[in-house]
Amino acid sequence: MAAPNYITAYAKIRSGKVILNGETGYSANADEPAADFVKAAYKHYELNYPKFYKMDQLCRLAFVCSELLLRANKVTANYATEDIAIIVANNAASLEIDTEHQSTIADADNYFPSPAVFVYTLPNILIGEIAIRNSIKGENTFFIFDTFDPRFMNSYIHSMLNTGRAKCCIAGWVDFYENKYDAFLYTVEQTNNGLGIAHTEEQLNNLYK
Amino acid sequence: MDELIDKLKGEIIEQLNLEDLKKEDIDNDGPLFGEGLGLDSIDALELIVLLEKNYGIKVANPADGKKIFQSVRTMAQYIQDNKK
Amino acid sequence: MNHKTHIIADNIISPLGFTSAENFEQLKQMKTGVQRFETSALSSEPVCTAAIDSARLNREFGKLNVTKPYTRLEQLFILSISDAVKQNPAIDLTSPKTLIILSSTKGNIDLLQKAEADKFDKKRLFLWETGNVIADYFKNSNKPLIISNACISGVLAIIMGKRLLEGSEYDTIVVSGADILTHFVVSGFQSFKAVSNEVCKPYDASRDGISLGEACGTMVLTNKQQQQSIIVTGGASSNDANHISGPSRSGDGLILSIEKTLKEANVHPSEIDFISGHGTATLYNDEMEAQAITTTKLQDVPMNSLKSYFGHTLGAAGIIEAIVGIHSMKNNTLIGTYNFKELGVTLPINIIKNTQTATINNCLKTAAGFGGCNAAVLFQKNTESN
Repeated sequence: MAAPNYITAYAKIRSGKVILNGETGYSANADEPAADFVKAAYKHYELNYPKFYKMDQLCRLAFVCSELLLRANKVTANYATEDIAIIVANNAASLEIDTEHQSTIADADNYFPSPAVFVYTLPNILIGEIAIRNSIKGENTFFIFDTFDPRFMNSYIHSMLNTGRAKCCIAGWVDFYENKYDAFLYTVEQTNNGLGIAHTEEQLNNLYK
Repeated sequence: MDELIDKLKGEIIEQLNLEDLKKEDIDNDGPLFGEGLGLDSIDALELIVLLEKNYGIKVANPADGKKIFQSVRTMAQYIQDNKK
Repeated sequence: MNHKTHIIADNIISPLGFTSAENFEQLKQMKTGVQRFETSALSSEPVCTAAIDSARLNREFGKLNVTKPYTRLEQLFILSISDAVKQNPAIDLTSPKTLIILSSTKGNIDLLQKAEADKFDKKRLFLWETGNVIADYFKNSNKPLIISNACISGVLAIIMGKRLLEGSEYDTIVVSGADILTHFVVSGFQSFKAVSNEVCKPYDASRDGISLGEACGTMVLTNKQQQQSIIVTGGASSNDANHISGPSRSGDGLILSIEKTLKEANVHPSEIDFISGHGTATLYNDEMEAQAITTTKLQDVPMNSLKSYFGHTLGAAGIIEAIVGIHSMKNNTLIGTYNFKELGVTLPINIIKNTQTATINNCLKTAAGFGGCNAAVLFQKNTESN
C-alpha cells in the first residue's frame, strides 16, 4: 500500500480574494482589474521584492500566491533544496504576454521586440521565478490542461513522493489571461507539517472549488 | 546634458519597470549594473532597445553595452555622440 | 519496479527528412539542415534557420487524404505519429491503455498573426486544444498530457512517459514533440542578440549564438515485454534557481539532473558511452554544460550537439535528439558535431568532430532551458528478454 501524503497548506487568488488555508485575507471588488488586484495584494502583504515589477502578469500572480503559501508553510526550512519539486499547470500557457510580444513585431515601422517581454513567453518561467526566490532546485514541470485536473495532479504527485523523486511538492494551478485570473497553490508532504488534509483527488477538488 | 540625463532616468525607470525607484535615486555617475541598480543581462538588452526606440541609435554589438551603460552619464554621452 | 520502459517505434520530421532513417542517413554524412535565407517571412534581416520544405510537407500530408484543415504544427504531429505507429502492429492508438504526451513550447503561436488568425477558431491557439485535435485524429479517448517547459519539454515528456508506465493505467505511451519556425520566436531570440549570422557552432571557440529550427519527433514507449530494444532507465529534472534566462555558471542545476538520473538507473559515470548534449552554441550554455559534464566525471565521454543540423527546435529538440541517440546505439555510430572545429569551452570535454563507429550501451541525453530548467534522461541497450 502506498504511503498516505498530506496537503499541508494552500493559497488561492481568485475573484478579488486571497484565501490562505481556508481563511479569506486581502480582498477587493471582484471586478477590480486583474493586474491592479494582484499588485494591490503584493503591496498589502508587503512582499518587497523589486523583481516583482519586472515580471509579467502570470508570474506576478504566481509569485504572490507562492509567497503567501510559503509564508504559511516554510517548506524550504524543512527539506533539502533539491528535494522540493514545483509542478504547476494552467490553461492559457503564456498567451497573455505572447499577445504583447506579437504586438511589438506586428508593424514593420514600429518594430521593437523586447527581450524583457519575450523571456516571459514561456509558462514555466513562473516556476523559475518561484525557484529563484526560494532557492528551490528540485524537479520542475509545467503542464497545460483545459481545467485544473485534480485526478492527474493527485496521482502524479503521489508517485513523485512515493518513489522518492521529491520529498515535498509545491503544486497547483496558475492561470492569467484577458483579465481573468485563477491561482491555487498547495504543498504536499509525506508527514503532516500543517493542515493535515489527506492528499486525495476529492480533497483537491474541494479545496480548489 | 543635464536635461538629457534627467530625461534618460525617467526612460530607464519606465523601460526597465523599476517601479520602486525615483529619478533622484539614480546617481548620475553611479554604476547601473552589479552593485549599483542591480540590473542584469536582460536589462542590458532592454537598454539597447531603449536607445533604438527613443533615439534611433542601433547598437550592433551587444558587447559594446558594457562601456555605454556604465552610468547614466556615459549613456547620455553616447546618445549625444551618436544621435543623428 | 517490475516494468522496463521500451522504445518500440520512432519518427523524426525535419529539414533532413520525414523518417528517422532518412534523418539518420543525412546525419551520418554530416549534412546540415540549416540554411541561410536572404529574405523570409521570419525576419527582416537575412537569417540562418532549419526550415521544413512546405511543398514536401503538403505532399506528405496530402497522402493521408484528410479533409479537415489542420495547422502546420498539427500536420507535423499527425504525420510524425502516423509514421511511428505504423512501424509496429502492437501499437493501438484507440486502446484506453494508450496515452499521448505532447511537448511544445509555443504550439500554434503563428495563429496570433492577423493573416493566420482568420483561418482557424481562436481556441486553436491553446495547447490543450492542440491535444484534443491530435487525440481526435487518432481516435484516442484519453486526454493527452501536454508539457510546455521551455527547451527541456521534450526530455521531460520522455521522462513523464517512463514514469506513467511505472503505474498500471497505461501500457503504451506515444511521446511527440514539435515546434515550428515563426516570426514570433525568431524576433524574440534576435532581440536577445542570441541568433548567429551563420550556421551555429556548438562548443566551438568561435561560437556566437543559436540557429533556430523546426521539427517534430515521436517516440513510442511501452512496458510490455520485448525481445531486444532500447530502454529508458532513468531521468530527472532540476532548476538552477539562479536566473530566468542565463544558465548557472557552475552548471549546478544540470549536475543535479545528471546525478539523479544516473542514480535512478543505477549506472556509474564510467559506464556512459555517449552524451547527446544540449549544445545551443551560445557562449554561456555550452560553457555551463562543460562545467556540469566535468563535475559529474563525464568529461572523457564522447559528446555531440545536433543543433548545427536541426537548429534549436525548442519543444521538439529533446525528442529528436534522443531519437538520433537511439539510432546511434542501434547502428554503433556516433554522429559528428557539424561546424565544430576547435574546443571553445574552458574545460577539456570530448566533443565528437567526425562521425565514427563505437559500441554504445548507455546514452545520456541532457537539456537546459529558460526558466533555469535542466533535465537528463538515460537510454540503455536491453539484451534480456523482458
